[in-house]
Amino acid sequence: MNPDLFFQYMLAGITYGFLYAIVAIGFNIIYNTTGIINFAQGEFVMLGGMFAITLNNILPLPLAIAAAVVITMLIGALLEILFIRWLDNPSVLRMIIITIGLSILIRELALHFWGETVFSLPYFTGNELSTVSILGAKVSPQVLWVIGVSIIMVTALSLFFKFTFTGQQMRACAANRLAARLCGINAKNMVTFSFMLSAGIGAVAGSVISPITYTQYDIGPGLAIKGFTVAILGGLGNSVAAVIAGLLLGLIESFSIIVIPLAFQEAVSISILLIILFVRPHGLFGRSDTASLKEF
Amino acid sequence: MLKIKNLEAGYGKLRVLKRISMHIDTGEIVTIIGANGAGKTTLLYTIAGMIKATAGEISLYNQNIIRTNPESIVAAGCSLVPEGRQMFSTLSVKENLVLGGYVQRKQKVDQKEELQKIYDIFPVLKEREDQLAGTLSGGEQQMLAMGRALMAHPKLIMMDEPSTGLAPLIVKDIFAIINRLRDAGNTVLLVEQNAKAALAIADRGYVLETGKIILQGPAEDLLNNQDVQRAYLGRDVSTEGAQCELD
Ligand SMILES: Nc1ncnc2c1ncn2[C@@H]1O[C@H](COP(=O)(O)OP(=O)(O)OP(=O)(O)O)[C@@H](O)[C@H]1O
Ligand SMILES: [Mg+2]
Repeated sequence: MNPDLFFQYMLAGITYGFLYAIVAIGFNIIYNTTGIINFAQGEFVMLGGMFAITLNNILPLPLAIAAAVVITMLIGALLEILFIRWLDNPSVLRMIIITIGLSILIRELALHFWGETVFSLPYFTGNELSTVSILGAKVSPQVLWVIGVSIIMVTALSLFFKFTFTGQQMRACAANRLAARLCGINAKNMVTFSFMLSAGIGAVAGSVISPITYTQYDIGPGLAIKGFTVAILGGLGNSVAAVIAGLLLGLIESFSIIVIPLAFQEAVSISILLIILFVRPHGLFGRSDTASLKEF
Repeated sequence: MLKIKNLEAGYGKLRVLKRISMHIDTGEIVTIIGANGAGKTTLLYTIAGMIKATAGEISLYNQNIIRTNPESIVAAGCSLVPEGRQMFSTLSVKENLVLGGYVQRKQKVDQKEELQKIYDIFPVLKEREDQLAGTLSGGEQQMLAMGRALMAHPKLIMMDEPSTGLAPLIVKDIFAIINRLRDAGNTVLLVEQNAKAALAIADRGYVLETGKIILQGPAEDLLNNQDVQRAYLGRDVSTEGAQCELD
């Protein structure tokens, strides 16, 4: 393989890797505060992209994206308030089925509003033909946007959890919900907040990635599976591990084209997921004895 | 300060507390003793609002709190140091304490000062400030659990078996601190397996058996009560004389 092609594969791997990592972090945030996997996480990415695209018809791009993120966050909060908040001690299975139901519901509504058309946001800077040269290789500026925004988002999130009082409260609920309530923290509000936060970062990811991957009403489940694989690979609940695992999956997928036909690419992540579930269910980086300790 | 009348509570169909009536006056240490499974923890959780009562009344400062959620009960000045300590294991000692002061967030309290007050009572926590709570020893965890509850400025502090699993020397420390808390004007509701130590520092006590209060009175009276001695103090008065002779 020539170095140029190698570099292009690597870039594609990193770009998708960050997307998967963001979806996985969305899973983690909700998992940490509730103990459930929110299978509607991929739909948040889709909604972010779709709203940004629609709003971009009437608003300039930055405003359209900001509005799309806010709308998606409100939808996240609303879903939690309507379908999850009022349940008293629901079983994990029941919660998971609810989130699968929500994912189907959102997809059907999206199909109703936007149809099957494939949309995309314009490139944030330049167009599909413009390139930036890095170390002699040509890189699409949108790829830099994806990487940059992802890194900023992951950093901001870890600062949020470490240094803000709301972030500390969310960590407290994740670490010990009972104790959090005994400290006077409203654990239910924290769950709503975690849905908002996951929806928000999903929507940001859905917007920056849209010019590259395009957006359609049904991109959610595919992303959810990738994100889930990454979340499990990283050991559920851990954000730094999710980034590493995301990049790993992105790169494996990208380079697998050399040995596996493109049509089977989707099978790569499913196979990894199954292998991990069989061999190391607590993830590559998790230790089985600390798997019950939740941290962001 | 706290009045409970004909309280009933349980888990689903299981009735645990049966017509419990009791009261706590300001500045008292009141202890509840009882065997495993008597319902002591259930009673504390019901007062704290974590378990919903099915009948009866609980009033805190003449306010009925039977339908109040746990968050508001803490804000109203009643904190629970739960059984098993319940640390935020993945957070630092300091973060645990700061979260304990959550209900004081609107009071514009000086956080440094608040923490210092806790460190004055539990100097060991100051040394461990940045350590993860999950890595503390059992005794240190108990101190952190108490410190965390105190950060909320409770007027009534309820403690569920603070001495469990601790070495006798540490238990002595913990009881000394409970005494100091009362001297500082707090009111304490203490649940203990260690009935002797609990009755020794308490003003009054209640004996709970299978969800019912079967005995109550000044702590001294309970200490001298034959039934209590036989069941909870591990002393059988009627055979004690005989044993002495054997020795
Ligand atoms: N979450 C629960 N679900 C169902 N039953 C419970 C639950 N917690 C406690 N119980 C039952 O309620 C009864 C009282 O339990 P509780 O924990 O209040 O006792 P306790 O007096 O605190 O005992 P210990 O001294 O062992 O702590 C027991 O029979 C117990 O099995
Ligand atoms: Mg108990």
